[in-house]
Amino acid sequence: MLPTKQDFSIFKHNPRLVYLDSAATSLKPKSVIKTLCTYYEKYSANVGRGIYKLSQDATQAYEDSRSAVAEFISADPDEIVFTRNTTESLNLLAYTLGKNIKPGDTIVTSIMEHHSNFVPWQQLAKQKKAQLNIIDIDDEGRLNLSNLEKLITKKTKIVTLTYVSNVLGTINPIALIIKKIKHINPKTTIIIDAAQAVSHIPINMKKLGADFIAFSAHKMFGPTGVGILWGKKEKLISLPPYLFGGEMVEEVNIKNTTFKDSPYKFEAGTPSITEIIAFKQALSYIQKIGFENIQKHEQGLTKYAIHTLQKEFKNNIRILGTKNIKQRIGVLTFSFAHYHPHDISQILDEDHICVRSGHHCAMPLHQRLNMPASTRASFHVYNSYEDVDKLVAGLKKVEKILQ
Amino acid sequence: MSSIYHDILLDHYKNPRNFGNLKNANKKTTISNPVCGDKINMMVLIKNNKVNDIKFKGEGCVISTASTSLLTEYVKNKPLTAFCKKAMRDKKTAYIVTLDEDFILKMLNIHIGPVRLKCALLPLEALKKLLKN
Repeated sequence: MLPTKQDFSIFKHNPRLVYLDSAATSLKPKSVIKTLCTYYEKYSANVGRGIYKLSQDATQAYEDSRSAVAEFISADPDEIVFTRNTTESLNLLAYTLGKNIKPGDTIVTSIMEHHSNFVPWQQLAKQKKAQLNIIDIDDEGRLNLSNLEKLITKKTKIVTLTYVSNVLGTINPIALIIKKIKHINPKTTIIIDAAQAVSHIPINMKKLGADFIAFSAHKMFGPTGVGILWGKKEKLISLPPYLFGGEMVEEVNIKNTTFKDSPYKFEAGTPSITEIIAFKQALSYIQKIGFENIQKHEQGLTKYAIHTLQKEFKNNIRILGTKNIKQRIGVLTFSFAHYHPHDISQILDEDHICVRSGHHCAMPLHQRLNMPASTRASFHVYNSYEDVDKLVAGLKKVEKILQ
Repeated sequence: MSSIYHDILLDHYKNPRNFGNLKNANKKTTISNPVCGDKINMMVLIKNNKVNDIKFKGEGCVISTASTSLLTEYVKNKPLTAFCKKAMRDKKTAYIVTLDEDFILKMLNIHIGPVRLKCALLPLEALKKLLKN
């Protein structure tokens, strides 16, 4: 069943809020916020070390979350590493996998990546004198796979791609792409940035065929400060640690240190304990709604929004991405006449409408599209058709003021 | 909430003053904000420690365009610096080198967040860069 705005306290405090920036971060339901406080009120002890009961309770709740994440993506708990965010998960991979990159190797990514899945690989390629190959997009904002065999070769060590574009909203046919990559070069390590996908599309790691995926809790109704890295067991075992320090060691003496097994060898220092514990509530929130309902709702909103915006503003509005509703999530990025995205979002904000303006951490994509900045409205389960109407009314106001 | 887009700002955005090329400029600079694609090309003619003429070209949002238009209007025919330090401290006359963030915000008469502050300060940044050259 679809949730109502009542599940989200933020609407009680901001009754006129029209939140259209879920691609940046989603709102948090009451159940998540309540659990965040419960830890601090009832058992706020560190995890993993204490013998006393409070610490054991905290550790248990922390590990329960790991199991919940594993179940959510059909994986095993010891394949789930907690980091701070998607960016850190991807940097962990660039750092650790990077140790085996040699001059002349290739790393492949795409033009539609978020900076977090672009800059680490660009920098790694520079450091190691490796080559960075970039998959382009077609006119509808879909990955152009026609020259995949040229971009991916026997020298390709890593292919890293986003599941869903945070600007175009495109859902990439990732399972098919993975098959093609493995067919060309079975030894290539495949990484999927699932940050935009994971709260919209069911993901099954047993079936997908990727070697690693990364995502963040805060884009899926969970708290900030929690990133997830999933890796195939043998792949995680083969990687060296990323950060050194407390909690990730087995034995330390003056000359040497031995490390715990994965996932613990990647979790140095005190983690975001209560955030990780509360994340479990976010996962069950999604499961309670069901992906079918999420997708149906979002596709309905997206279809309605595209239709209404085009009817009202005709050629003055340019909506990016494919027209095929089934190939995109509820992310609508557009340019509107000659109006500057900053002005658009500032005027919309006067009516409590929150949209994002700028390059959305995807500058290479904006350069490819030949636009310095754009405006983005993104939907999730708490958005209504009325929100779309308010966006349209807000854009009419923009037109009136700036014309 | 009242709009920050008040009439003066919109007027300067829609009809920017000192917009165009300055053929006899003796200093030119271009400054941009890659975050939003704003770009200002500023040209001045400086004679005897004074901004004799100033023009600008470029693309930007309401805030950066209006800020540039207003600033160019303000600095025209104003001295860059005073002839001695004592005169500089005398607040009766504004010297171009002393213009700052507070001045720009008062000139625009708006309250804005940190992201838009960059838009507002872009022309000042251009002017300072130009005077350093």
